[in-house]
Amino acid sequence: MLKAEILLAALANGLLTGAVYALIALGLTLVYGVLHIINFAHGATLTAAMFAVYVAHQTFGIDPYLAIPLLAPLFFGLGYSLQRWVIGPASHGDDGNILLVTLGLSIVIENALLAVFRSDTRSIEVPYGFEVVELGPLILSLPKVIAFAGAFAVAGLLWLVIARSDIGKAIRAVAKEKTGAALCGIPVGHVYAVTFGIGAACLAVAACLLMPTFLVNPRIGNAFVLVAFTIVVLGGMGSIGGALAGGLIIGVVESLSGLYLGESLGQIGIFLIFLVVLLFRPTGLFGARA
Amino acid sequence: MLEVEALTAGYGGIPVLRDVSLTIDSGEIVAVLGANGVGKTTLNRALSGLIRPDGGAIRFEGTRIERLAPPEIVRMGLIHVPEGRKIFPTMSVRENLELGGYARARTRRAANLDRVFALFPRLGERRRQLAGTLSGGEQQMLAIGRGLMAEPRLLILDEPSLGLSPRLVEDLFALVVRIAAEGLAIMLVEQNVVQSLEIAGRAYVLENGRVALAGPAAALRADPALERAYLGM
Ligand SMILES: Nc1ncnc2c1ncn2[C@@H]1O[C@H](COP(=O)(O)OP(=O)(O)O)[C@@H](O)[C@H]1O
Ligand SMILES: [Mg+2]
Repeated sequence: MLKAEILLAALANGLLTGAVYALIALGLTLVYGVLHIINFAHGATLTAAMFAVYVAHQTFGIDPYLAIPLLAPLFFGLGYSLQRWVIGPASHGDDGNILLVTLGLSIVIENALLAVFRSDTRSIEVPYGFEVVELGPLILSLPKVIAFAGAFAVAGLLWLVIARSDIGKAIRAVAKEKTGAALCGIPVGHVYAVTFGIGAACLAVAACLLMPTFLVNPRIGNAFVLVAFTIVVLGGMGSIGGALAGGLIIGVVESLSGLYLGESLGQIGIFLIFLVVLLFRPTGLFGARA
Repeated sequence: MLEVEALTAGYGGIPVLRDVSLTIDSGEIVAVLGANGVGKTTLNRALSGLIRPDGGAIRFEGTRIERLAPPEIVRMGLIHVPEGRKIFPTMSVRENLELGGYARARTRRAANLDRVFALFPRLGERRRQLAGTLSGGEQQMLAIGRGLMAEPRLLILDEPSLGLSPRLVEDLFALVVRIAAEGLAIMLVEQNVVQSLEIAGRAYVLENGRVALAGPAAALRADPALERAYLGM
């Protein structure tokens, strides 16, 4: 048996990382819940956002956290425009086409990043990068604690928007009953694009929260996407609360399996969960619908 | 108010409606009758912009609308309450109604809600209940109430009597008459011929995607051709 403190530390670190995973999964699950498609460009968009944070810092000297109010609206606009004027028109309303278009888009984004930044791995240095927070017996990385709080703040804000605002209600209406929504005068194409924009904005925030402790290269998004898919499946496709809970669970599983099986095997635990959930509970732990 | 001229519409280039012409004036209740599958719902979809017609013209208050998208048509006051209700089952009655007023100024929402609750007191009592838990009759009232929230000038009701008991249909149709008395036009799309002709002023009968019969409701009631149009299917 390992010492209790080590176990506790692994647990805490798992929760901290898991919250950011949840944030990455939020956009994926939201887009799935409303458009009923899987956005294969999700990982590439995250990579692009991380490079945006990198460039903002290296070229303009903007701190990653201060970049949030810049990059979140920028990526909202990008996501909105992509869905409204590229993915939507190119897919002619056919879900199979949307899938292929997002897949194609991810290849374009990845290659564009490769062309500009080559395959080097880069990171940024921030003055608080190694600061810690002491919490009883735990010593936690400050940027990770900030990322945890930030991810929860975004999830809470998103929940509020979806539950209370007019556009949030329109999003839920389109998700459940597209025709009924159109006949209420809700512009379905606009709602789809807003949903995509929200997903991309969540990724931008995640990128800002990740970069103080993470590295970036043109393929980094892929590493997160399997994790995000697992969370979406675990939490029940389309469920915001499910994504949050799923993210925390996956973070802890990864951390604990890393502890017991070694760093390089950490992700195997995640993949096993992915398979087991798909086999035995395809609607997810929290998914109600069959 | 509504003029449909030589309308051809269908799915994937295959016409369902051929050369359909009809008119509705303000304040009228006009029944559009026809057996299952003749193209009644297709007509409604073309009117509300859910499908693009393949030919012909649709004028609403003098404006051509056959190329407009649903939100624009809703804003003009042509409201389609669809077959099967298509309410939002996981949202409350109140949220459903609020979404009905999505295209209208927020400032008028409260007044419109009051108006709908006055017309359908049951919806008022159940405003917090999830729409999916309502009975069939209540769901139909909700669908109509949601349509009224959009401040219609022409309200299209697609088979509102579907799945309701004859007594409920009677209550519902009495309400339709009351709504029409407020000054808006109603296009009542039905298979329920007898009860529809009781409240409609005029009617069109569709057969095989064409208008087979048209005229005042009283005349159609006595017309043996009406029965033939149905039994012929
Ligand atoms: N979405 C659709 N795609 C293809 N064909 C359809 C579609 N909806 C209806 N149809 C066909 O159009 C014809 C008329 O249908 P519809 O307008 O629903 O008739 P009604 O409302 O009078 O029962 C039917 O033959 C039906 O099979
Ligand atoms: Mg029909």
